[in-house]
Amino acid sequence: MEAKCSECDAQINVPDDAVSGEIVTCPDCGLNYEVVKGEDGVSLKPAESMSEDWGE
Amino acid sequence: MATTLTLLYDRIRWDEKELLKSARSKGIDVKEVDVKNVIFNLNESRTSEVYGEVVLQRCISHTRGTYASACLESKGLRVLNKASVSEVCGNKLWTTLMLIQAGVPTPKTAITFTPESALKAAEEIGYPVVLKPLVGSWGRMVVALRDKEEAEAVIELRSQLNGPLNQIFYVQEKVKRPPRDIRCIVIGERLVAAVYRVAAAGEWRTNVARGGTTEPCPISKELEEIALKAAEAVGGGVLGVDMMESPNGLLVHEVNSTVEFRGAQSASSVSIADAIIDYALELIRR
Repeated sequence: MEAKCSECDAQINVPDDAVSGEIVTCPDCGLNYEVVKGEDGVSLKPAESMSEDWGE
Repeated sequence: MATTLTLLYDRIRWDEKELLKSARSKGIDVKEVDVKNVIFNLNESRTSEVYGEVVLQRCISHTRGTYASACLESKGLRVLNKASVSEVCGNKLWTTLMLIQAGVPTPKTAITFTPESALKAAEEIGYPVVLKPLVGSWGRMVVALRDKEEAEAVIELRSQLNGPLNQIFYVQEKVKRPPRDIRCIVIGERLVAAVYRVAAAGEWRTNVARGGTTEPCPISKELEEIALKAAEAVGGGVLGVDMMESPNGLLVHEVNSTVEFRGAQSASSVSIADAIIDYALELIRR
């Protein structure tokens, strides 16, 4: 699936095997999006930015 | 009927994808639940969602993961790892206290509640020392202090930060070790993999998130014993036990609860995802 970056309008390629919660990045501006797979198909929403308590 | 398992997440990383792949290849019915969309009604005895037989808590946010685990456990659900384990592993003081109580060798460490006492503690331990935040990840705000001058500057800066936890100073000896540490993946009562994490050029911290690379590490009897003891000390489950090779033997400096295993997997012949899923299955059968 292809989507457009809301920031810079570039094409973002979402792999067919992408799962909900996975992150895709705009190849032009580097903005991160979270993949959302629902009944209406696949969509992208801006990913959360890194928080202090992330990771191990 | 197929075994059911929930993967509780807030972001799907490589590690979570491997877990999903592994579980599905074993015929497990996996439900993916995004914690960001969950509402826990605490007064109700059951959750509105059906979570299956085990919940694998894999949130990237330590706080979310711990609190969500507590809510799920209150409804009688089995969560891997338990909230109490996440709580201990997410705080360096709790971890160190548990390790010491269990007789696990750990670096010399002091806790102080003022910058002045932190400086005294550093003097007592002897430079160089390491100043670590009580709560933190990926090696952030972990600072090596070579002498009094550096310590005064950094401790003063730390004391200016907001938040009560920033006013507690965890001061640790800087262990004389090779430019690497050892990451042990402990699953249940088994040490599944051990890898060296080699610090990137120009970096003393060995975190893979800081560019550290991994190499296979032979599993000695001493390594296995200490890793299992450390895992048990914090409450057990699926854990990443980190050790340093000091001149006096192995020292455990950290235990990680939501273990990131991509780096360890690249230097290990055992499938860590498979081992985690097998352990979840074993828990269901127990």
